[in-house]
Amino acid sequence: CTRAKTLSSPCVLFGQRALQNCSADSSEDPFLTSSTLPTCLPFASSQSVPLPFPMAHGTTTLAFMFQGGVLAAADTRSSCSGLVACPASQKILPIHSHLVGLTSGTSADCALWKRILARELRLYQLRHGRRLSTSGAAKLLSHMLHPFKGTELCVAATLCGWDGGETGPGSRGETTKNQMTDLFYVCSDGTRLRGMLFSVGSGSPYAYSILDQGVHWGLTVDEAKSIAREAVYRATYRDAYSGNCVDMYHITSKGWTRRNREDLKEEYYREKERRKHEKTERRDVTFSD
Amino acid sequence: MEYLIGIQGPDFVLVAADNVAASSIIQMKHDYDKMFKLSEKILLLCVGEAGDTVQFAEYIQKNVQLYKMRNGYELSPAAAANFTRKNLADYLRSRTPYHVNLLLAGYDDTDGPGLYYMDYLSSLAKAPFAAHGYGLNKRFILNLPSFTVRLIDKEGIHDLEKLTLGTK
Repeated sequence: CTRAKTLSSPCVLFGQRALQNCSADSSEDPFLTSSTLPTCLPFASSQSVPLPFPMAHGTTTLAFMFQGGVLAAADTRSSCSGLVACPASQKILPIHSHLVGLTSGTSADCALWKRILARELRLYQLRHGRRLSTSGAAKLLSHMLHPFKGTELCVAATLCGWDGGETGPGSRGETTKNQMTDLFYVCSDGTRLRGMLFSVGSGSPYAYSILDQGVHWGLTVDEAKSIAREAVYRATYRDAYSGNCVDMYHITSKGWTRRNREDLKEEYYREKERRKHEKTERRDVTFSD
Repeated sequence: MEYLIGIQGPDFVLVAADNVAASSIIQMKHDYDKMFKLSEKILLLCVGEAGDTVQFAEYIQKNVQLYKMRNGYELSPAAAANFTRKNLADYLRSRTPYHVNLLLAGYDDTDGPGLYYMDYLSSLAKAPFAAHGYGLNKRFILNLPSFTVRLIDKEGIHDLEKLTLGTK
């Protein structure tokens, strides 16, 4: 690909979507410019794996509400048409002290729209003297993305926030059990959904299988963290477009707290050891009979 | 696959809609409400493409409410249906048509109950019963788990018990 082609073709498409021409840039790492990254791999390698069903957004992000607040977790792999563009990207972006956004889709689009949203929320706060609720922020993002419907823009964001007393009365349609946390899924195709549990990305079916059986309101903070970690780990285990590390954020009335990024490589080796150990144990048992 | 149904009776309209909000093959929500309250006695049921449904339905909803604020009385169901159809028609041949299928159900104090069927090509038909989608149970490859049911009569809109059919 020549430089001119790189500039005029659409910005990087994530995961399985990149079967057409793509330019390999816009990774999260600011030091890698388009001149140092290789351009798109030849078609032969990117078309060798047929898709079982159309699934976009090469990533795994998840968030759920429970009695201790909202927990958000995501993997850290940025992929571009079969190659890992960045193994340490950040998919959970804090927007302000009590609102966190998980992003999935095109990396550059997500980073840009997160900044635009942060700017608009700050302007709202300065103009009106109170912070916009999570529901309002989701509505704002949804309306800002609506004119781009039908274009290549691809942003699937999950907004997790705590609405303080200063945000004023809002519609709390679903039972939030007197808690001020809120969770919204906003997509560039126009979807805006409020819920208790969301997982977005190519690894989301695998994450859903862990979350749907384990998440309930009464989890403790440690249980919630371990289930979120397990869900991301299982998704990275099976999904090729998710991997590397797991990030976790916990949002409460005091704001968001970030857990240290954990490399899942360690977990794979620990599990491998466990399996090997179990196999030898089983063999010992049969021998002793 | 989404489903809407409406049945007009002698002095009521009964409407039901499924509760699934899906994104490709994943159910993102099992308790999503597809009915939009336009006024005390008018409901708009809306299915179709992901963002278009909410954007279009909320646009109609806010405009109907604005009419009431400006003029002091509410739009009748027939007028609301024609207003909706006109908006769909205007956008149809623009660069951004709305791909939505609608049922509008309402009770007019002079004309009685009314059910209007509209589709994404902006056709409008007043019908005694109407539906969008496939409401099969046991034969369809995908079974819709639950439905919200509402009744409109001269007293207003009433929520009826949620229907849960098929296997959970």
